[in-house]
Amino acid sequence: MSEHRDGNALAGPLADIFTAEATTAQVRCRACGLSTTLAQLVVYGPEPGLVGRCPGCTEYVIRVATTPSGTWLDLGGATSFHFTSTVDVPIR
Amino acid sequence: MTGSRAETATAHTLSLRVDEWSGHLPGQHVDVRLTAPDGYQAVRSYSLAAPADDCVIEITVQRLPGGEVSAFLTDIAMIGDELEVRGPLGNWFVWDQDDPSPVLLVAGGSGVVPLMSMIRARDEADIQTPFHLIHSVRTPQDRIYGDELTRLAAQAGGPSVTWLYTRTAPPTETRPPGRLRQNDLDDGSSRTSGATPTCFICGPTGFVEEAANHLLAAGHHADRIRTERFGGR
Repeated sequence: MSEHRDGNALAGPLADIFTAEATTAQVRCRACGLSTTLAQLVVYGPEPGLVGRCPGCTEYVIRVATTPSGTWLDLGGATSFHFTSTVDVPIR
Repeated sequence: MTGSRAETATAHTLSLRVDEWSGHLPGQHVDVRLTAPDGYQAVRSYSLAAPADDCVIEITVQRLPGGEVSAFLTDIAMIGDELEVRGPLGNWFVWDQDDPSPVLLVAGGSGVVPLMSMIRARDEADIQTPFHLIHSVRTPQDRIYGDELTRLAAQAGGPSVTWLYTRTAPPTETRPPGRLRQNDLDDGSSRTSGATPTCFICGPTGFVEEAANHLLAAGHHADRIRTERFGGR
């Protein structure tokens, strides 16, 4: 049975790095070109780090690992990230 | 931690006072980090269960067999303990209460937690957006928020709620116990009054993928289906 989660699980680790909310960003897979919402990546982890894979071709898109010295971020599986300039979602 | 109450034999709702909490959206989560005396750390994500009450937030934690963090939070943590909480997190798996589209909520087990946050936000804001919740549970005793959902569903304009039982059903139930089936969701879709619903599915990974496939087969568009996978079975 599958143990993976999805890109929603990347929200916390990426909140330390990006000023924009990351799970709603569109990310393009370098291997197959599929553009998907970061929340829809297939995520494995948490140890030794989180690996976000493309839901289309399963190639890795993003890796985030937190170590005692800091955070490693590998975006090598992505060709682009698109952070939409959304209106602020009102917080209630 | 300001409160802890049992929801079922294995699920507890924890109230946490977070100074300067600025509010959150229904469906968002927090990351909870525990640090052992030897410095070992573990981080887990937990969905927020309700709109914030000033600076007090609620998470509902399902104790997992062998789960190091969930077992600590449900069995050992005491009122007054301090936890590290980061959030609110995630803007994708959220319900926009200004969106009038009907909403179909599909939960497996403790996947009901972020969906309950949406239901409570709808109730608190007194919004009439059609909501239908389908909650798959093992037995009647596993219905997290069961009494509250029954009460809300009985109110005029309340959400409609269907429980699906996988192991043991109450005697009044006509559906034989079993896993989620295609027609369980067809029935749910028809209750959202014709308009294209926004669908939120949350639960264990296998459940979420099965439910999403059923919804796609039933003609729902992929871009109207939002999913959150807890992992595990």
